[in-house]
Amino acid sequence: MREQGHMHDHPLLEVNAIDTYYGDFQALFGVSLRVEAGQVVAVIGANGAGKSTLLKTIAGLMQPRGGDIWFDGELIENAPAFAVVKRGIALVPEGRRLFPSLTVEENLKIGGQLGRPGPWTLERVYELFPVLAERRNLPAPALSGGQQQMAALARALMANPRLLLCDEISLGLAPIIVRDIYARLPQIVAEGLSLIVVEQDIVQALSAASHVYCLQEGRIALQGPAGELTRESISAAYFGV
Amino acid sequence: MSGFRVEHATRSSRVGVAVVALALVAFALAPYWGSRETLRLLAEIFTYVALASLWNLLAGYAGLVSVGQQAFVGLGGYLLFALAILWGVHPILAILIAGPVAAVLALPVAVLMFRLRGAYFAIGTWVMAEVFRLVASQISALGGGSGISLPAAIVIAMAPSRQWREFETYWLALALTVAVLGAIVALLRSRHGLALTALRDNELAAQSSGIDVTRLKFVVYVMTAFGTAMVGALIFLMKLRISPDTAFSVNDWTAFVIFITVIGGIGRIEGPIIGTIIFFVLRQTLADLGSLYLLMMGAVAIVVMLFAPRGLWGLLAERFGWQALPLQRHLVLAPKASRALAPE
Amino acid sequence: MTEWANVILQGVLIGGLYAMFAAGLSLIFGVMRLVNIAHGDLIVLAAYVALIVTQALGIDPLTSLLLVVPMMAVIGYALQRGLLNFTLGEDLLPPLLVTFGLSIIIQNGLLELFTADSRKLQAGAIEIETFQLMQGVWVGVLPLIQFIVAIAVIAALQLLFYRTPLGRAFRATSDDQSVAQLMGLDTRHIFAMAMALSLAVVAIAGVFLAVRANFDPAIGPARLIFGFEAVIIGGLGSMWGTLVGGIILGVSQAIGAQIDPGWQVLAGHIVFLAILAVRPQGLFPKVSG
Repeated sequence: MREQGHMHDHPLLEVNAIDTYYGDFQALFGVSLRVEAGQVVAVIGANGAGKSTLLKTIAGLMQPRGGDIWFDGELIENAPAFAVVKRGIALVPEGRRLFPSLTVEENLKIGGQLGRPGPWTLERVYELFPVLAERRNLPAPALSGGQQQMAALARALMANPRLLLCDEISLGLAPIIVRDIYARLPQIVAEGLSLIVVEQDIVQALSAASHVYCLQEGRIALQGPAGELTRESISAAYFGV
Repeated sequence: MSGFRVEHATRSSRVGVAVVALALVAFALAPYWGSRETLRLLAEIFTYVALASLWNLLAGYAGLVSVGQQAFVGLGGYLLFALAILWGVHPILAILIAGPVAAVLALPVAVLMFRLRGAYFAIGTWVMAEVFRLVASQISALGGGSGISLPAAIVIAMAPSRQWREFETYWLALALTVAVLGAIVALLRSRHGLALTALRDNELAAQSSGIDVTRLKFVVYVMTAFGTAMVGALIFLMKLRISPDTAFSVNDWTAFVIFITVIGGIGRIEGPIIGTIIFFVLRQTLADLGSLYLLMMGAVAIVVMLFAPRGLWGLLAERFGWQALPLQRHLVLAPKASRALAPE
Repeated sequence: MTEWANVILQGVLIGGLYAMFAAGLSLIFGVMRLVNIAHGDLIVLAAYVALIVTQALGIDPLTSLLLVVPMMAVIGYALQRGLLNFTLGEDLLPPLLVTFGLSIIIQNGLLELFTADSRKLQAGAIEIETFQLMQGVWVGVLPLIQFIVAIAVIAALQLLFYRTPLGRAFRATSDDQSVAQLMGLDTRHIFAMAMALSLAVVAIAGVFLAVRANFDPAIGPARLIFGFEAVIIGGLGSMWGTLVGGIILGVSQAIGAQIDPGWQVLAGHIVFLAILAVRPQGLFPKVSG
């Protein structure tokens, strides 16, 4: 097992009071969040709460209008997505979004196109998800939902990120498959990755994470260590009652 | 629920209508105050306003970008010459016949062209125009590849003197342009016009609202062919001579028309009018620089497309809420209803 | 009988050139859904660039390719990065109208610089060399070389698209621009590379065109139309289909010309319209529009 990174005097990711807009519509209001190296952080919330928007903003697909984002001591909130990947943040997008014209293996290869150094290679990724190795030359759309999710996860790992953002990886999948995928997360963390896991499925998120943020209509309604939050406080924050 | 009505006019559009009315009177009287060159120039301006307005209807409202409208300009011209020379039809009547004939021909053309989408549709229309041109150059009765002039006998029979003939064609140009614009305005103010405006703003949303988008586009394409052919017939009546290259010229009937509409403002009815004015002012002031002029227009069109995609009128309309013609619809609440909605 | 064999053979050979016109066009459409109306004029531009290069350096046209191809590729990269990238988006009007404006600019720019005089590149003795394929059937050496090069170019493009990281990047970007960015791909750069590649092919096509026949600033639109017809006949999204489309077009034109010289281009249009009427998706479609 690898060392969990060396000690920093700053967190790996620091999001400070960001506001993100879709045109005139404000989706995030002063959202702040921290991820320490080696940590798994869960972001939960109802549909439309802004979870995906938060991940897209961190990943550079959207730029916030206010606030800033620090990654390992560097400002990144204005960096476009392709530059953010270079710094070491990878996003597993909502809905998997594999490239339909590419085979499974090509999808993985393109994930590693940047050539960032690290433990994740094709072989290593196939070790983690053997079912992908069996189907490596199939076109991506030929895979089942669960397999596609694994492929999307593997593709993101191929970029050898230090921070992995997972956007609703349980969406549309049977519970047994979701458990199967979540069972691999510890191996991923063990290789030195930090994770932000966005979920509507609270149980799964809480079991995987050490720290939880709850978003409600674009604002952080609750945050704290996973073990210390009560069911009632989470429900209240989730639904805004 | 009564208590409201839908109005078209705004203050700026009332001004606009007044200006337009005055201008029309002035133009109608032009033979009495204008020189021969002025009449020629005005007639040319009118035909370009008509052509650009029709192209604007097609591209700016129906979303059908055609770079092949010269097909119908040339078709109208050749129909005029054919009807007049081969069947002895009076030229003015020939212009009126050219419209419906072109519309009928446009039907199978549209069926073929609608199999293509977007930019491929555009190139397809160009191919159609080329087909028309090549077919025209095969018709030896109308001069084949080198073209033909309108026989003196037919020209003389049009009017008692050359001057009156030129007055006639001038008034015809004015009347036809007013008719084309009037038809477009009437269309846009109608229920179909509402559908078209919805189509212009967001095609997908329009479709979801139950508008039969394909049929609407089809009808607009055929109607535009109708109008374009009539204007084309008139243009070549004024030129008195036709050839495949001039009849189906991409530069004259498409490039200039596109540039005019882009610079003036696509998707708004005032756009082509403004664009034509700018185009002709530039042409008169810069004299004839030939290909350099076209080059500049191309560059200006590109710059406008990138920085002001709604054209000059679009900029003004968005900034000041201007309308020259009463086309928008807005709600006017009756006094009782507005009191009910007013804050406590 | 052998007369018709010669006619059809010539049609096949020129079909290779048409396929090259088409290849650059469909490459761009595949990667970024852009139809470059100035495509034909860029082919003519390449011909004029080759004219300058051959005259200035005193080299023959085929050697000039070594310079013209990279030059046109650079022009393509700059054009995309500096202008066309800004037209891409939801609306179909801007790219169409901007490339149309570009077409007019190139045509008239060339007219100003070179006048409307017809030019031709001289390739020397090879231009008139022929050999006998069989009794009564003759093949021109130069057209045959051009045909073989066309096949090689299409094969190379297929290879690039399906076996290289750049090709993978093209296909991914074409599938999903945002997610492609998540892979670390700068889509501005990817699009510019695609245009550079397209214009590299255009360069070869332009030089071949210039050696084969007279050219002047106005012939661009016709080349665009032939390339477009080859794409539609062959089917969108299929490179080899484009080759077949080009051959069918070339043969149609050759047959038309044999019936009556004035019918050459018209015959091609008629076949194109017939295919459009009967099988609008083309003969070997891979994608839908």
